[in-house]
Amino acid sequence: MASLTIRNVIKRYGTIEILKGINIDIDDGEFLVLVGPSGCGKSTLLNMIAGLDTISDGTIAIDGRRVNELHPKDRDIAMVFQSYALYPNMSVEQNIGFGLEMRGVPKDERAKAIADVARLLQMEHLLKRKPSQLSGGQRQRVAMGRALVRNPKIFLFDEPLSNLDAKLRVEMRTEIKKLHQRLKSTIVYVTHDQIEAMTLATRIAVMRAGELQQLGTPREIYDTPANTFVAGFMGSPPMNLIRAKVVDHDGGPHAAIDRIQDGEIVLPLPANDGLRGAAGREIILGLRPENITDPQSAAAAGPGPVLETDCLIEVTEPTGPDLIAVVEMGGKEVMARLRPDANARPGQRSRLVFDMGKAVVFDAGTEARIA
Amino acid sequence: MAAVTDAALMVPGPRSTTQVALRWLLFAILGVFALVYLFPLFVMVVTSLKTLDEVRAGNLLSLPQNPTVEPWVSAWSTTCVGLTCEGLKGYFLNSILMTVPAVAISAVIGALNGYVLTKWRFRGDGVVFALILFGCFIPFQIVLLPMARTLGLLGLASSTPGLVFVHVVYGICFTTLFFRNYYAAFPNDLVKSAMIDGAGFFRIFWRILLPNSVPIIVVTVIWQFTNIWNDFLFGVSFAGGGGAMPVTVALNNIVNSSTGVKEYNVHMAAAIIAALPTLVVYVLAGRYFVRGLMAGAVKG
Repeated sequence: MASLTIRNVIKRYGTIEILKGINIDIDDGEFLVLVGPSGCGKSTLLNMIAGLDTISDGTIAIDGRRVNELHPKDRDIAMVFQSYALYPNMSVEQNIGFGLEMRGVPKDERAKAIADVARLLQMEHLLKRKPSQLSGGQRQRVAMGRALVRNPKIFLFDEPLSNLDAKLRVEMRTEIKKLHQRLKSTIVYVTHDQIEAMTLATRIAVMRAGELQQLGTPREIYDTPANTFVAGFMGSPPMNLIRAKVVDHDGGPHAAIDRIQDGEIVLPLPANDGLRGAAGREIILGLRPENITDPQSAAAAGPGPVLETDCLIEVTEPTGPDLIAVVEMGGKEVMARLRPDANARPGQRSRLVFDMGKAVVFDAGTEARIA
Repeated sequence: MAAVTDAALMVPGPRSTTQVALRWLLFAILGVFALVYLFPLFVMVVTSLKTLDEVRAGNLLSLPQNPTVEPWVSAWSTTCVGLTCEGLKGYFLNSILMTVPAVAISAVIGALNGYVLTKWRFRGDGVVFALILFGCFIPFQIVLLPMARTLGLLGLASSTPGLVFVHVVYGICFTTLFFRNYYAAFPNDLVKSAMIDGAGFFRIFWRILLPNSVPIIVVTVIWQFTNIWNDFLFGVSFAGGGGAMPVTVALNNIVNSSTGVKEYNVHMAAAIIAALPTLVVYVLAGRYFVRGLMAGAVKG
């Protein structure tokens, strides 16, 4: 268990910067999820923490000790690979024990450690099998056992669930979370799946094109995204991003949004310092689908300005627990999350409630959050 | 739609008379070719079991009247190779002493080369591989003179270690090619994982890569064994007269000796003895050979 410090870390291939100065600090026992689209540099960063990739500039420190020049085996880390990377010629037992064997742990101690891990992961019956005789989920388990048995300072997970089918993925996700709660270990976890990030992390680092977009708790990332990229990346369906203009109305800032069918709509904005004297400013209004809903569902809305109005429903998509209704605002499709039995028909007007307490406002130019 | 259904039914359904006839024609042609290929072996085997008188009688195809293993015994232990009349046995042993180490050493070096070229990439590794690959296309004749000089300088001329050296040098290109292509498809994650587990360069090679390389090891061993065992040119050039003469050269000397009676039955037995080890290797490992070549080709 240990803290991890990533300070101004840069990765260059020739003159191209893959990582452009990353700063992340996490404490002992934290679960950090690196999330972002393919090619954002999250796996590269993980490999650099592991020591499988060199660090062009900056410092990576584990427990305050600089590890830039340390060989992977001396960093006291363990890694779970996307492909599991189980040694096909060895039994499950040998796979789990290999790291201990390489470190010269005596045989009986090794056997005890393997037995403990097998019990923890409920795979005692698999110990004598070869990886080829295991299912995907079992292989995943062995890969985790191999990491756990060494009791390292930091666990690194590289998209460990993306090779599993949807159902198993959810199961293993819960299992990883349980494991973290029980062991209180420090974990760095790479994924492109924002639900995995939200459910597992104590802190999320959202990355794009080699830059850290935002580092925060899942709640911070979800409620107050630093910019439109983070807003659009996290959440499913993602946050609605609507072009609007700030107007003063009833003595407070409002967002005026054009609509093709229903004409302009003026939504109250939360009173916030970022919007003082902002009248006339072009903004992007960020509103989560669950904050646009039917009057019954809206009863539970928190404090903050609310507006109720009729909107033309273009499409409805039942998902089971919800009914997603699509309306047009500011030239874009906007998703509203309604009760599954809500009275919304495509092509008809329906009453929607805009809960503006949770609205966020981005600058239309820089796309950074201003309120 | 109808055409699709017809085509789909063609394979499992009843065949027309023409199809049956064509199939039989195919079998007939294949049978003829098989006979043509087996014919020389048949002649060799029957001739080697005949007495010299019977061979002189002239019928190549007839079965032996009084089967005898005398020609085999003679080929193995008494027939004359040049001036010594002790049969093939000494030369057979020479060949084994040359082939086994040469195969082993060239395979190990090839495996290490393949490992480094795929898992420990370095600047210019592509050029190095291209140069090694180029070695596969160098004809034997070109290296004869420089190699003779080199062996002389190393003090290895006309010796078994000298021949081993020559075959290792010549074989590395092929073994490297085989192993590099096999290891190119070998998952890098396994190597990374072993690195984190604390295994070093040789431990990763020995514990992770080699145990998972059985198909390509078999391919390499068959390829190298056949080439080195059957080699004549290097043998005759670098050990033609000495005590290190391999069995291929000895066979040639038996068959081409210009004095005395031509003992065809002994020659046939000697030829079969000289060819036997490669046959055995093929029979024992041939299945892996095809499978291994395919695996490398598809995955790479």
